[in-house]
Amino acid sequence: MRGLALFFRETAPIKTCMRRFFGWVLSDNRGGPWGSGGGDDGGDGGSGGGGPRNPWGQGPRRRKPGGGTENITSLDDFLKRSRDRFGGRFPLGGGGRPYWLYGLIAFVVLWMVFTSFHRISPQERGVVTTFGYYSGTMQPGINWSWPAPIGRVQVIDVENIRTIPIPGGSGTENLILTGDQNVIDLAYSVRWNISDPRLFAFQIAEPEGTIREVAESAMRAVVSRVSLDDAIGAGRAEIEQNVEQVMQQILNDYGAGIVIRGVAVSQSVPPAAVNEAFLQVSAAQQQAQSDLNNARAYALQITARAQGDAAAFEKQYAEYRLAPEVTRRRMYYETMERILQRVDTTIVEAPGVTPYLPLPEISRSRPAQPQPQGAPAR
Amino acid sequence: MSRLARNPIMLAFVAILALVLIGSTFAIVPETQQAVIVRFGEPQRILNRYQASETFGGTGAGLAARIPFLEQIVWIDKRIQSISMENQQVLSTDQLRLQVDAFARYRIVDPLQMYRAARTEENLSAQLQPILGSALRNELGRRPFAALLSPERGQMMDNIQNALNRVARQYGAQIVDVRIKRADLPDGTPLDSAYQRMRTAREQEARSIQAQGLKQAQIVRAEADAEATGTYARAFNQDPAFYDFYRTMQSYEASFVSAGTAENPRGRTNIILSPDNDYLRQFRGQRGGGQ
Repeated sequence: MRGLALFFRETAPIKTCMRRFFGWVLSDNRGGPWGSGGGDDGGDGGSGGGGPRNPWGQGPRRRKPGGGTENITSLDDFLKRSRDRFGGRFPLGGGGRPYWLYGLIAFVVLWMVFTSFHRISPQERGVVTTFGYYSGTMQPGINWSWPAPIGRVQVIDVENIRTIPIPGGSGTENLILTGDQNVIDLAYSVRWNISDPRLFAFQIAEPEGTIREVAESAMRAVVSRVSLDDAIGAGRAEIEQNVEQVMQQILNDYGAGIVIRGVAVSQSVPPAAVNEAFLQVSAAQQQAQSDLNNARAYALQITARAQGDAAAFEKQYAEYRLAPEVTRRRMYYETMERILQRVDTTIVEAPGVTPYLPLPEISRSRPAQPQPQGAPAR
Repeated sequence: MSRLARNPIMLAFVAILALVLIGSTFAIVPETQQAVIVRFGEPQRILNRYQASETFGGTGAGLAARIPFLEQIVWIDKRIQSISMENQQVLSTDQLRLQVDAFARYRIVDPLQMYRAARTEENLSAQLQPILGSALRNELGRRPFAALLSPERGQMMDNIQNALNRVARQYGAQIVDVRIKRADLPDGTPLDSAYQRMRTAREQEARSIQAQGLKQAQIVRAEADAEATGTYARAFNQDPAFYDFYRTMQSYEASFVSAGTAENPRGRTNIILSPDNDYLRQFRGQRGGGQ
């Protein structure tokens, strides 16, 4: 073993840490903290030659001599003495009473203390049965009952509001038929706690499973009376309320001692298979809205323009009425001026064609037109 | 006696014997159980039998004694228990298939009868389960599919409960409640066709929404046009002749001065005026005006 440690030292001088570790581990086989035989006491502490030098290796080894031997001795001693006491015959102890009787009494006292006193937390109640029959409910605080086989206490947390999600597994669709024979995917949770620990303890075999089944049944009964649109839209709050009522009614009929704190629909959507069609509806709603917006924009534009035009006309007309003839001519000339400034004008002496104003402009602005096709053919 | 006290093995033996004797004589009947005391297979008496009017604490629960080794106790649950029926296919009168899960809650009210007829609780629930299924199928098979989704459902459940109760009574049990947990369309064609129906219904809705939108838009436009017309009419009707002139001027300007392009700001319109044109009246040096 030491050779191996040396081998490490020589071939891998860089990995000092590793060597130390291995050296320590390997040396354990020879003289580790627990490996040492009784006869090796003391000899190991002085072994300096190839032994490891790390501080961790030394610590436990020092403790070993002396202590172990002493412990063993005292344990042996103890066992031997015990054997003497309980051996073959029945010895009477120094005080005249057997040890085992003390032990038995201590055990019984402890048993009674532990099973008679009960600490009930503020959110808990304890249902006490004495010889099996119900004998009371413990309120929060320290309470006393008969010890164990006679009196039993079932501690029930009544304040804690528990939540049951439905459907339990995630990723599955919980399809429910609505009143108009459509299908929706509904996920919800039921919150409940215990109103009467006595009823809760004795009345129903599986309270949690019962609540789950009642919830499913109530939800389906309620949803089967509403339409699809209500179920995925506005009617949700009403559904929650109704389910809560129905559930409470059923559980009261059972005498379950359970109070439903609330039903929350977390998801109410059309099934994935038809979701696309539902998206189309909302797209259509958007489309209709944008059509309407466009129309309103047009309406604003057109009425504003009409008002503007009418106002302009009325202003002009007000002035026109003061001097009709002059205004009329002025408007005429001004308009003609504006028009003729910006178009090519030709003045023709009837009946001939005598250009007064620049005629070349005509050929410039008119692109060279090919001869009419029909003319030569005729 | 002192010899006994001195011999611990003897003492332990006696103590164990006493414990066994006590244990087989006295039994604690809890609130949740009913007990039938049976002697050689013959029921002798019932302890803590269910009574509808009792309250916990005033029941027959408590310490009970019996003849050791001769009498056995058969425990029978006193609580409300449930049987469930998973995934039964039910055919309604209108030939629609439904996948139904249901459950029934029952309580053993006559433990003696139950012990005689079914022996064990497992046996009882195994007996009741198929009966629940057949009662359900019978009742649902007599009604159209839509009835299942209606307030009539309550009546239906009562009928099933009564039918089941008749049988359960033979086993000393009482049905507290029957409920349909799920009623689904079976996978495959029925579900697919329901989806198809939903899809088409949505498409119909989408189209009608679109059409409504277009209609509204058209109405809005038409109203605006009408309003504009009214505005124009009120203004122009003050002097139709002047309007004619005024508007003609605007129109000439708009139509003859066609918008020129960037390279050629002048329009492409050519106007050929006869010298007789009113505009050229002064140009010809004539006086007076032909209006």
